[in-house]
Amino acid sequence: MTLNFFYFLSFLAILAAVMVVVSRNPVHSVLYLIITFFCIAGHYVLLNAQFLAVVHIIVYAGAIMVLFLYVIMLLNLNKESEPHKSTLLKIMATVCGGLLMIVVIGSLKGTEQMVEAHTATGDISLVKNLGKVMFSDFLIPFEVTSVLLLAAMVGAVMLGKSEHNNS
Amino acid sequence: MINSVPIDYYLWLSSILFGIGVVGVLYRRNGIIIFMCIELMLNAVNLLLVAFSAYLDDPAGQVFVFFIMAVAAAEVAVGLAILVVMYRGIRTIDINVLNRLKW
Repeated sequence: MTLNFFYFLSFLAILAAVMVVVSRNPVHSVLYLIITFFCIAGHYVLLNAQFLAVVHIIVYAGAIMVLFLYVIMLLNLNKESEPHKSTLLKIMATVCGGLLMIVVIGSLKGTEQMVEAHTATGDISLVKNLGKVMFSDFLIPFEVTSVLLLAAMVGAVMLGKSEHNNS
Repeated sequence: MINSVPIDYYLWLSSILFGIGVVGVLYRRNGIIIFMCIELMLNAVNLLLVAFSAYLDDPAGQVFVFFIMAVAAAEVAVGLAILVVMYRGIRTIDINVLNRLKW
């Protein structure tokens, strides 16, 4: 049952990810990327990380994708104006991506034995346990993250401000 | 329930998603789609982190995913602001035009 869900979600995620790359219209790419994000959230639920699944949907599908859609709408880019790249470049990009995939898989291949030694109980991803870890072991990174978000917000506002107001 | 899917399968899925993201960055010229492919790569890494943290019973991996999400949000906000500024200057977001770093 879980395995069937896994196959279904994986197939949908990979299909939508390929469609993100190959579709000509940026709006279609954004919509396919939202499908991919929902599939990944489904994977989080399968992995018993419900809280992360909810946060993932809120942050990615709710915030980041809306930002993408707004920028596409503001710049009026929903037309298919991108010229074709040469076939050689496409083949080279695909070969590079495939080689990188093989390298990643090869470098992580020995980890099954490490995992098999453990018996997972499955209750680490509850909000209670995650919150305990985040606010004890990872307290300083958490605070630094807030500074990072503030800096990003200031930077985005500064960059987005029209230059006519300065002079 | 949790160990019914072998960890290899998550390894394969994450690697394939990461590879698709790399292909997208190399192959597209639209700046916004390149950002989307970067998001795709970040999500592949997040998925593998959550898988390993669930299989090894280590909550630190899932806390890291939070931080990666925050960094991704900051990166997208600043990156899209840069794209908007660039579009204001040269009326295109084709990255092949950006080989001079000035306009």
